[in-house]
Amino acid sequence: MNNAAADHLSARRANRIEVEQLCVDYNGQVALYDANLSLPAGCICGLVGMNGAGKSTLFKALTGFVRPSHGRIRINDLSVLGAQQQQAVAYVPQSEGIDCNFPVSVWDVVMMGRYGSMNLLRIPRPSDRVAVRDALQRVELLDLAQRPIGALSGGQRKRAFLARAIAQRASVLLLDEPFNGVDVRTEKLMAQLFLQFRGEGRTILISTHDLSHISDFCDLVVLINRTVLAYGNTQEVFTPENLARTFGGMVPNP
Amino acid sequence: MTWLLEPLTHAFMVRALLVSALVGCICGLLSCYMTLKGWALMGDAVSHAVMPGVVVAYALGLPFSLGAFVFGVGSVAAIGFVKQKSRIKEDTVIGLVFTGFFALGLVLVSKVRSNIDLTHILFGNVLGISSSDIQQTLLISALVVGLLLVFRRDLLLFCFDPTHARSIGINTGLLHYMLLSVLSLTAVAGLQTVGVILVVAMLVTPGATAYLLTDRFDRMTGLAMASSVLSSVLGVYISYWTDSSTAGCIVLVQTGLFLLAFLLAPRYGILNAHRSQAS
Repeated sequence: MNNAAADHLSARRANRIEVEQLCVDYNGQVALYDANLSLPAGCICGLVGMNGAGKSTLFKALTGFVRPSHGRIRINDLSVLGAQQQQAVAYVPQSEGIDCNFPVSVWDVVMMGRYGSMNLLRIPRPSDRVAVRDALQRVELLDLAQRPIGALSGGQRKRAFLARAIAQRASVLLLDEPFNGVDVRTEKLMAQLFLQFRGEGRTILISTHDLSHISDFCDLVVLINRTVLAYGNTQEVFTPENLARTFGGMVPNP
Repeated sequence: MTWLLEPLTHAFMVRALLVSALVGCICGLLSCYMTLKGWALMGDAVSHAVMPGVVVAYALGLPFSLGAFVFGVGSVAAIGFVKQKSRIKEDTVIGLVFTGFFALGLVLVSKVRSNIDLTHILFGNVLGISSSDIQQTLLISALVVGLLLVFRRDLLLFCFDPTHARSIGINTGLLHYMLLSVLSLTAVAGLQTVGVILVVAMLVTPGATAYLLTDRFDRMTGLAMASSVLSSVLGVYISYWTDSSTAGCIVLVQTGLFLLAFLLAPRYGILNAHRSQAS
């Protein structure tokens, strides 16, 4: 394991993710305001809200795709850019957002998780190949490594992107609707992997509008409706009143 | 054999074949990224928008590629600016900006006193190419191939999953503008062989043909470059022997190769697709 990755995985000193008074707007349209959040190392956290509630905006802010108009984000006590340069953040997309006819193999996709720690030409070293092989093994896709990404089923494709995050050795994993349209085998395997990740000190943030998975294995829940309405232990936060506020019972004014 | 060798006794034919093979090579390489990124319309826009730059550069006695580059990148900046600052959709903005640039080019050609032939810009003039033009093409090609080779993995990732690229600290904004700059330069090189109007074929067709033939990116670039160089060379020969438009011949051969792939490609050709459905 490379040193930077080892450092940020073992560092349990501060919180993994700190979000303070975060505001994001798109050309004057407020998408997220005054959002506060802190997540420790080694937890599984559900991010729950309706479509358009700001889940993807929060992800975009955490991956540096949008610049906050106010507030700040710290990941592993670094700025977003600093954390990215340490390969600390991995984003696992919804498979629907990916062009499945793209001419790359499963192996190529997982290798993309290593690009950030390679040289400018992105020529794989033996250690990169080992990391890719290990990651594929963990998601049980090693036998399909040479298939084009488009030849996989939805669940297998999801696992391939999870393998990319593993190969990257990220300490923060952002997953966009990971349980959408996956088979039973993938769902079981993912739940199992998330528990392993937690044991390894990684922080997993799962965005979903499907509540059935939350109480199963999320330690923490973040309820979001254009701001963070509540966050904390699942049992405490997952109350009918809070859910009513999240899903349109009362929309607070900014 | 005479049909192959006889044209080579003319210096202009040797030059034309060399330049069109070179241009075919870089256009084929770039076309892979254009088809995968979905930038066909952007390619069309940039290739039309370079026209006023060519005219201004000739009038001022500067290298035409410099003027073309400035206007190519300028048009892209204008497209980005209008899109960001207004509620108009991107394809409308592209259509609006590049026709504006192109119209400016038409007016300049008719007003600026120079020895430029409008038809040479519109339809290419590879048979009458000068040695200073060849030098510029060589320089452009070296630059384009160098950039695309060094950044080929990053550009592939940028086309495939820009969010991931961004989240591992790759500067996607830089890649975006680099690809656009390469597009402008390649459009300038391409317009010498096939002209402003047909350059988009060079920037799209080889990539599309190769895309039907393989699921591997490295093979795709190889196939695209091979089909592009083949059509350029074959097109120049056919145009010589039939005394017809060079640009037209090059692009027709390209279209022919695409149709072959469309019909006969092992996995994605429509004839084989029908057969595998029937079985």
